[in-house]
Amino acid sequence: MELKSNIPEGKIATKWENYRGKMNLVAPNNKRRLEIIVVGTGLAGASAAATFGELGYKVKCFTFHDSPRRAHSIAAQGGINAAKNYQNDGDSVYRLFYDTVKGGDYRSREANVHRLAEVSRNIIDQCVAQGVPFAREYGGLLANRSFGGVQVSRTFYARGQTGQQLLLGAYQALSRQISLGNVEMYNRHEMLDLVKIDGKARGIIARNMLTGKSERFPAHCVVLATGGYGNVFYLSTNAMGSNVTAAWRAVKKGALMANPCYTQIHPTCIPVSGEYQSKLTLMSESLRNDGRVWVPNKVEDAEAIQRGEKTALDIEESDRDYYLERRYPAFGNLVPRDVASRAAKVACDEGKGVSKTGLAVYLDFAAAIQRYGKSAAISQGIKNPNDDKIIELGEAVVKEKYGNLFQMYEKITAENPYKMPMKIYPAVHYTMGGVWVDYNLETNVPGLFCLGEANFSDHGANRLGASALMQGLADGYFVIPYTVGPFLSKEIRTPQIDANSPEFLAAEKETNEKLERLIKIQGNQSVESFHRRLGKIMWEYCGMARDAEGLKKGRQMIRDLRAEFYNDVFVPGEVNEFNPELEKASRVADFLELGEVMMLDALDRDESCGGHFRSEYASEEGEAKRNDEDYAYVAAWEWDEIEPKVHKEHLEFKDIELKTRSYK
Amino acid sequence: MKIHLKVWRQRNGESKGYLEDHQVEADEHMSFLEMMDVLNEDLVSKKETPVAFEHDCREGICGSCNMVINGQPHGPDSGTTTCQLHMRSFKDGDTVVVEPWRAVAFPVIKDLIVDRSSFDRIIQAGGYISVNTGQAQDGNAIPIEKGRSAFAMDAAECIGCGACVAACPNASAMLFTSAKVAHLGTMPQGEVEQSTRVQSMVKQMDLEGFGMCSNTGACEAECPKGISITNIALMNRQYAGSVLGSEKSV
Ligand SMILES: Cc1cc2nc3c(=O)[nH]c(=O)nc-3n(C[C@H](O)[C@H](O)[C@H](O)COP(=O)(O)OP(=O)(O)OC[C@H]3O[C@@H](n4cnc5c(N)ncnc54)[C@H](O)[C@@H]3O)c2cc1C
Ligand code: FES
Repeated sequence: MELKSNIPEGKIATKWENYRGKMNLVAPNNKRRLEIIVVGTGLAGASAAATFGELGYKVKCFTFHDSPRRAHSIAAQGGINAAKNYQNDGDSVYRLFYDTVKGGDYRSREANVHRLAEVSRNIIDQCVAQGVPFAREYGGLLANRSFGGVQVSRTFYARGQTGQQLLLGAYQALSRQISLGNVEMYNRHEMLDLVKIDGKARGIIARNMLTGKSERFPAHCVVLATGGYGNVFYLSTNAMGSNVTAAWRAVKKGALMANPCYTQIHPTCIPVSGEYQSKLTLMSESLRNDGRVWVPNKVEDAEAIQRGEKTALDIEESDRDYYLERRYPAFGNLVPRDVASRAAKVACDEGKGVSKTGLAVYLDFAAAIQRYGKSAAISQGIKNPNDDKIIELGEAVVKEKYGNLFQMYEKITAENPYKMPMKIYPAVHYTMGGVWVDYNLETNVPGLFCLGEANFSDHGANRLGASALMQGLADGYFVIPYTVGPFLSKEIRTPQIDANSPEFLAAEKETNEKLERLIKIQGNQSVESFHRRLGKIMWEYCGMARDAEGLKKGRQMIRDLRAEFYNDVFVPGEVNEFNPELEKASRVADFLELGEVMMLDALDRDESCGGHFRSEYASEEGEAKRNDEDYAYVAAWEWDEIEPKVHKEHLEFKDIELKTRSYK
Repeated sequence: MKIHLKVWRQRNGESKGYLEDHQVEADEHMSFLEMMDVLNEDLVSKKETPVAFEHDCREGICGSCNMVINGQPHGPDSGTTTCQLHMRSFKDGDTVVVEPWRAVAFPVIKDLIVDRSSFDRIIQAGGYISVNTGQAQDGNAIPIEKGRSAFAMDAAECIGCGACVAACPNASAMLFTSAKVAHLGTMPQGEVEQSTRVQSMVKQMDLEGFGMCSNTGACEAECPKGISITNIALMNRQYAGSVLGSEKSV
């Protein structure tokens, strides 16, 4: 299969504008007759559904949540990037484009990323107009902060709840379209299959989770915006319900899963504390603006801390290793996530971890509290403040900036992070891989589009902080409303799609059979226990460091686990009722297939790049060693129970020179 | 630690509910929901039906979780959602009663899960600013005073969980509705539509069967995000103003 990226001709800087100016559009009277299904109401889905509604399309929108406002996007904390250059610090569309391609370790598609950087500016304008209460300066203008992997300040934020505020903006725009009758909203409906007619995506089968009945929904095209699959690792920072099912069922109908092994492991999360743990909590990257990461220099000190005989405060300044500042002087604590995570692993592998389990490093705010305290004393005209006063003033500044994160930390750990450095460790956070799409965000199945975290398109092998929110809203507000044009403009004569066609009936039947099968197993082990075991295999063999031997072993273990699942899982209740255990079982079944493809993908890629670190391919200093000669491609996987197959899209770098990524 | 649980069980909206007794072996570092996971794992291992409860983010932001714990929405700790509550807030041997939100406008679906779509319909009635994609001017075109923006943000932090309704003796949704009204109306972008917004949102709130506000302040006390009842006062003033305004214009 040849993968056509459909990147328009022309110079990178004007490609999108020219393409948009010349592409086929759908006239307003025709839009009213065309139906679009949008699955997902996160930033990508809600913004797309609202905009389609505004444009006059007939939209049906689906979420498995009880309300569109609960999508996982709500949990994003730190911020959203945009090349506004409001700070006059040298930012530009080109710089955001460059930073993103470099941050992604040269494994993303240039043209897509450039478009993303261009529309980033419109996003901020749109969100402000919707009433998103972004942080502001005293003069009333928008404030910015810095995120990792860049040297400008381009991140817009709303306290530590940026995702919440952006999602509420999109949710409100969607609510307006619902009230106007342009969007029909289906809450508590889970997409379980894609329906194709004559090779084109023409609708979905969704299970009404309240009644348990599967229902048929036809449309002229289908847009998936169903989020990432980090929960394949069981423990992640994702919301408990996040899953791969919609994307995976599309893959089983012929779409391709691209770069599934590119997983982002976020360096600053609250460490695992016990076996019962259900999820991990992120401490936003924005904290690295002011927090300094360190471990003790001496293994003896670390061991004393692990045994609870010493605390961070007992370690002299000269006995601390601020390893990020030491190893990466140019970026310091603000290196990209993959680099910071690996460095934490190295420190802990050397025995310098600082928790009972030895799997934690410090994130310390003492220096920031001092610095802010001193400058607050000056600005408040306090002469010769004593230490206590400085700390009091400094803590107040830190509280204003990160108060809700500090509070969240304290609630979980029962430790006061103003007095004692935070303990953090890397955790699974985001998936760069996803459904393969072309420049139009269309998959290889005509009429099936994919947006947001669910697609693979913009972040290469590592995503920079505050870029997922940007991508979700770029895709939904400013890209897909145009790029459905080339497909839909050819469909204006297609009558309403028939939900009683044989294709729909067959898909509905198949969906019901799959669900029945899960209930009928009546084995002895819970769904949760399988999910947890899968997560452990994934973390062990396809986590922060991978090697060929482990990946082969991991693959086999997953295949065995899958067989065991279909023999011995226990799902209570019936199909035709509200049945949360059944929902979980059907999602875990998909994770059990996806996990295998992730292992295969990681095995296929004999290089290290971004979040994909193969221990066999490392420089002497332990940095990732890419192989551009052989691996500058997107690996797009076709599912097969016996032997999944890879298709390749070669990546061309015309506007950015391929270089070894350096943050030193 | 041993916890004696009394959990609300209800098969569906039509059937009658009851409190069911369970013993759970918990750890003080567990979150309340992880303790519920332990209970459910145990039920599944005995081939019984686990307790259905709503949850997703487990970090206090999505607004999914909703348990009334020993009579208090989201339990004993202030400024905390159910998912953020930890077992260290309880003692070994405690009896803990877990029930769903109770309100006419939040009918029970199963066990601890209720239908909160009435909140969505209140937002659909006017909880937005009417601007289409692409119609916006530059983000810095209108400076907004820092304090004003912070006030809007305080109100915008509402997570739509419904604890305010569950806490209110009249099951009123005034805190939820007024928070959105205050958020949007405080920003210059949202001022234009404020009077129609207030009227339609209040009208929808009444239609959904939420009760009247009698100023008990219980909503504010139980709100996990500390949304202030000054928003209610603000909305009442604007509602009165908007009704007068529309009468004048007739
Ligand atoms: C804790 C945390 C903090 C983060 N902070 C930041 C940040 O500061 N900046 C940043 O840029 N990024 C951040 N991210 C990443 C970012 O939040 C996500 O990548 C992004 O929000 C994903 O948006 P989405 O619209 O693609 O998907 P989601 O928000 O995950 O939405 C998925 C939607 O699809 C629906 N859905 C899924 N499957 C089905 C199905 N089968 N049937 C029906 N509906 C379905 C769901 O109900 C939901 O509505 C953070 C992520 C986490 C976990
Ligand atoms: S589960 Fe999201 S707020 Fe509790």
